[in-house]
Formats: sequence, C-alpha cells, structure tokens
Amino acid sequence: MATVIAFVALVSLNAYVLLAGADFGGGVWDLLATGPRRAEQRALIAEAIGPIWEANHVWLILVVVLLFTCFPAVYAGLAIALHIPLTLMLIGIVLRGSAFAFRSYGSSEDAPQRRWGRLFAIASLLTPLLLGVCIGAIASGRVGSVLETLNGVGTHESFVSMYISPWLSPFTIAVGALTLCLFAFLAATYLTVEAEHAALREDFRHRALAAAIAVFVTAFLALVLARWHAPRVSAGLLASSWAPVLHVLTGIAAITAIAALWVRRWRIARIAVAAQVTLILWGWAATQAPYLVPPTLTVANAAAPSRTLALFLIVLTLGAIVLLPSITYLFRVFKSSRAHEPGASRAR
Amino acid sequence: MGDVLAARSQMAVSLGFHILFAVVGIAMPVLMVIAEVRWRRTGDTMYLELAKRWAKGTAILFAVGAVSGTVLSFELGLLWPGFMRFAGAIIGMPFSLEGFAFFAEAIFLGVYLYGWQRISPRAHIVAGSLVAVSGAASAMFVVIANAWMNTPAGFQVQNGAPVHVDPLAAMLTPAAFPEVLHMLLAAYAATGFAVAGIHGFMLLRDHRNAFHRRALGVALIVGVPAAIAQPISGDVSARYVAHWQPPKLAAMEGQFRTESGAPLRIGGLPDVDAQRTRWAIEIPHGLSLLAFHDAHAVVRGLDAVPRRDWPPVPVVHVAFQIMVALGTYLALLGIWVAVEALRRRDLAASRWLMRAVVIASPMGFVCIEAGWTVTEVGRQPWVIYGVMRTADSVTPMPGLIVPFLVISTLYCFLGVVVVWLLYDLVMRSPITSDGDGATVPAAA
Repeated sequence: MATVIAFVALVSLNAYVLLAGADFGGGVWDLLATGPRRAEQRALIAEAIGPIWEANHVWLILVVVLLFTCFPAVYAGLAIALHIPLTLMLIGIVLRGSAFAFRSYGSSEDAPQRRWGRLFAIASLLTPLLLGVCIGAIASGRVGSVLETLNGVGTHESFVSMYISPWLSPFTIAVGALTLCLFAFLAATYLTVEAEHAALREDFRHRALAAAIAVFVTAFLALVLARWHAPRVSAGLLASSWAPVLHVLTGIAAITAIAALWVRRWRIARIAVAAQVTLILWGWAATQAPYLVPPTLTVANAAAPSRTLALFLIVLTLGAIVLLPSITYLFRVFKSSRAHEPGASRAR
Repeated sequence: MGDVLAARSQMAVSLGFHILFAVVGIAMPVLMVIAEVRWRRTGDTMYLELAKRWAKGTAILFAVGAVSGTVLSFELGLLWPGFMRFAGAIIGMPFSLEGFAFFAEAIFLGVYLYGWQRISPRAHIVAGSLVAVSGAASAMFVVIANAWMNTPAGFQVQNGAPVHVDPLAAMLTPAAFPEVLHMLLAAYAATGFAVAGIHGFMLLRDHRNAFHRRALGVALIVGVPAAIAQPISGDVSARYVAHWQPPKLAAMEGQFRTESGAPLRIGGLPDVDAQRTRWAIEIPHGLSLLAFHDAHAVVRGLDAVPRRDWPPVPVVHVAFQIMVALGTYLALLGIWVAVEALRRRDLAASRWLMRAVVIASPMGFVCIEAGWTVTEVGRQPWVIYGVMRTADSVTPMPGLIVPFLVISTLYCFLGVVVVWLLYDLVMRSPITSDGDGATVPAAA
C-alpha cells in the first residue's frame, strides 16, 4: 500500500513538473523575450498560463499533503535539512504567483505591467532552480546523512554542515540548472502548439531548440558531477540493469522532440518532450528506490500506519473521480481548438 | 528573540496574513455568483459589471491566498517538524481533503474568470457556485485540523509516538463543529460587511449611484444573516471551550480563581502576577450563566492548572474582548439593516446607516484576527492540547529570526500592493445613476 502511495506521489510530482513546470518555463521566456515580436511573445505566455496556473500549482500541494499524511518522517526530515532552500523556493512561489495576478488583474498601465512582469519572470527563474537543488540534495544522499546525525546522539555538527552543505554542491546546482532548462524546454515546445501565428511559432521553435541543447549540456554536467557528489545516482544511472533501457528511451524521446521541432510537427514534439522529462524524473526515482530519502528513509520504514494509508487511498480515489474530469474540462475549455475561436478569451 | 518565539511569530504572521485572503476566497465567490445570477435574470448590465469587477478582485486575492496557503503547508514542517512527525498520519486526512477542495476551487475559478465567452451561461454560473462551495469546504477541512489540535482524539500515545491511529475519529472531535460553524459565519459576515462598507463609502458621496446601490444590496445579503447568526454560534463555541479547554476559557475571561457563580468581565486587563483582572466591568454570575447556562455553575480558573500550563493571559483576554465587542457591533448593525430592509426603507439614503456600515468595513477582519489569536494563543503552551508542547515541536535549526523577518517583510510588501491595487479597482468604478440611461463602461 505504501508503495502504491509512493507511486502516486511520483505521478503527482510528474504532473507538477509537466504542467506547472511549463508555467515556470513560460516565465523564463517572458524574461528572455526579445526581437520584434517581444510583446506578442509575452502576451501569448500570459494567455497560455492565465487560466490554468493556479490549478497546476495544486499538484505541488498534493505532493506535500501526501508526504506529510503518508510519510510524516520524510516530510519532517526534509523540512529540517532543506529549510533554507525550501524557504527560498517558497519566496519564489509567492512572488511568481502574486506578481502574475497583479499584472493580469491590476492596473493596465504600462509601467506597473512591466514591473510585475519582471518580478514574475525572475521569480519563475528562482523557483525551478531551487526545486532542482532540493531534488539533487535528496538524490545525493546528503540529506539522509543529516537525518542520521539528528537521530544519533551527541554529535555536534556545525550549522554549515547541517543546514547548508547538504544542498549546496556543484551537483545540486547542476540539477537545479537542468530543471530550469527542462522547464524552459517544456514551455517553449508547448507554446509552439499554442501560438496562432507562424512567426510567433518560429520564435518559440528556435527557443525550444536552444533549450534542448541547454538540457543536454546541463544533464551531461549533472551526470559527470554525480560521480563525485552523488555516487549513488551515478552508480544507478551507469551500472544498474535498467540503466541502458532508460537511456535508450530518454534518447529516443529527446531525438524525437528535436526532430519534430525541426520539421515543425508541433504536437508530436509536445508529446516527445513531455515523455523525455517524465523519463528523467522516473530515472531519478529509480536510482533511489526503495528509498525516499537515501540512505535512511525507505517507503516501508517511513510509512504512516496502514489505517491512514488505506483511508488516504479511498480519499484519493474519490478525489480523482471528482477532480480528473474537472481538470479535463478546464483544459478542454482553454487548450483545445484555440484557432477556431478567434478573439475569444478577451474578457478579462 | 528565542527560536521558539521567532517560529511562533512567523507562524502567526503567516496565518494572520493568509486568513484574510482565505476568508475572501470563501465569501467573495458567493457575492459574484449572486450578482451574475441577477444579471442573467434581469438583464441589468450593471450586475454584470459588478460580477466582473468582483471576479477581478477575487482573482487577485485568491492568488495571494493560494500562494500564502502554500507557504503554510510548508511551514508546518519547516517550523514544527516534531509536530508534523507526530501528527501527520493522524490529521493528514483533513489536510488532504482540503487539498482536493482547493484543487476544485482553483480549477473552477480558472473556468469562471476566463470562461465568460467560452462556456454557456448555465455552466458559468455552475462554475462560480462550485468555487464558492469548494471554498467553504476547504475552510471546513482546515478548521477541522485545527480543532484536533484543541481537542485531540483518534490515537493513543506509546513511548512518545502515536499508536492506534484513527484518522476518522481525529476529524470528528468535539471542537470541530463549533469551530467550523464560527469560522464560516465569520467569513461571510466579514467579507459581506467589508464590501458593503466600501460601496457604502461611495454611496455617502452620491446615494443615487446605481452601481454602488446594487453592490451594497448583494454584499448585505451575504453579510447580514451571518453577522446576526454569529452570536449564537459564539455561544456554542464558548460552551465547548468551557467544557474542553478550561484554561483557555479562564484566560479569555481573566478568571484566575475557580469559583461558582463566576462573573462575566467586560474589558479590563489581567495582571498575571497579582492574579486578578483589573478595571473590568463585572456582571455577577454572568460567566457561569453564559458558559454553562447555569448561574451557579463552577468555572475553573487558571489556578486549576500549574502555572507552566498557562497561556499568555493578557493577550488572550484582550483579543477575546475585541472580538466580542466588534462582533456585537456587527450583529446589532445587521439587525438594524434587516429591520430597515423589511420596512422597505431606502438603505443607501439613510446617512446614519451608511456611516455605520462604513465603520463596520474592517471590523469583521479584525474580529477574525482576534478570534484566531484567542484560539491559537489560548492553546499555548501546547501545540497539541495536553499532548505536545509547542517548544518540543520546533525545528532544531537555529537562527529562526531570519526566516521570520524575511517572511514578514515579504508579506508587508504584498499587503501594501494588494491594498493599493484594490483601491485602484474600486476607484475606477462607473459613475451612473438610476434612471439616467445607465451608462456602463464598455468592458472590464
């Protein structure tokens, strides 16, 4: 049962990365908007994420409540060791969301629009970076070591070794950069589908291809640095039995995404890039299974009592029955046949 | 400032900030749906304008509420990992349900805000209603979790860890019903009167302005019944506190000594060292009567528990007095409005009534802050009443003053921006009067 719930957590995180990740990526492209169609680029980004970003954001809340209900020890442990990056990430989340809302619903004058736009974009940069840093820190096993120290008796460690060095290493920063590039890649690819004009589509095609290269570079960097800073990740990704399969699949997805962008098959590119990101996420999960926080907390030893888990599964099922159709409806209303409804959605 | 105090302050700032937006997220959708329904029924475009404007305001406030709520869901662990490790499996359930309700709220708010031209009128009203319903539901679930902290149930403690965990029993604790009822009514009363006050202010300048007259009407429909019902719910809450958390009641009332036929104290300031409450107006037997519906009932004072288990008495007492005073004002004002409305008087033309409504504008929110101060500070020194002390649940990380200052600065900044944006939104209101051709600006 705990394993099922751990899978649900991974699926929720996956949904957060694919959906909200693209919203953050949109912020990156807002910051990097250039060229003659700068204003159109920003308008498209705002229109694309406006109706859905709040709902997308809730996937993160789902991961959080799931962790503290079903794996309270994991939630408490991460909150202690990753206090600083999580707090910084929260500041990013707060500023991104508020600035976007202020820009969308506040004064339509030019100066405040630009100011909130800038804040929205910078906060969109900060949050994925820190999310990646936190994931990198967990994967590297250093967070787990801190938890062992906390549980052990009498070892007086310094502030830096307890609360900073677990998450601040070249490896975690590389993972943060990778996350940022992946989100930007997702966003640019999605936007090629959503853009209504060919020129705008080309803008985002170029951006997507550039992001694909950045993803490749940062992924390679993270893999190399893992040798020294996260040997477990390195061993999993290079030596385990499933590694070749994972690499081949990820490679196929990546090549398909780039090829599809090259020949302008937007929808195929969207599916391929989502598959690529998903495979990278699941690859990380596979390197540390059955650990939630290696090398201490496993799915089994951190799980809440079975009664809680059973109830949670029931609630989850009921929630899914209500929410999945609602989400489908939301996306159908705003993300389908956009081209057939010219001028719609101007009622803001 | 010690780490525990810094952590408590950060939690207080975060909750105190979030609750304002959460409350608006509960009640504003109701106002906006009523306005839209009236527009669909009557074809009066001013109601459409109102619905759109309120939707805009709601969007800003909801966004800040959503992100500040996210902050809280992390802060529970960032600041109180000991509490979450113990309580997660027990009260994670209402939090999860709250997550789902919030999910529904976010989905249908997106549909409502951006769907004016994309979906049918009926679907649009249904979407708005679902925002209102899920807003109320998420408030209910969060308050249920808080109720458990006041009247913990659904587990036993063995070697400092919970065993025999029963999440359903943990949701149905004695405090759950009174707290949820009190919070929901507070949300509708506070938001209704806040909005009524804003439009009342504009009507004091020109009581014929048709836009503000309609707005006032809708706001009062939501605010007045809730404000009138609130004292009854308050009575239910007080009796539950008297029974389940005697030290909290004693702190609320400044009751140091255990006595039968305890007096009700209005105002005053508790002196903890002298163990008496000075300068209060005392109504003989009042407290026994209110708390137990029996003039001679014994009210347990603070002397019934060891000094180390006392909450900070003056804070709780003063907060309680503020809540009751302002809540009473709102209830009386609600009755006045109801009487005038039933006599079919023109509310907007009555300058005294409008002044009273304008004064009431911030009161509901002050009440809510004061009320949560009573609940939360009154529970101290416990985080889980009688089970776990707040000081034992705090994170081992030192230097908590830094995140406290950072979060406070961030929220001060956001608070100023939100006030400024809403001011801007209200001031750009259309100037129209009934009967002069009702010119409404073309689009929002």
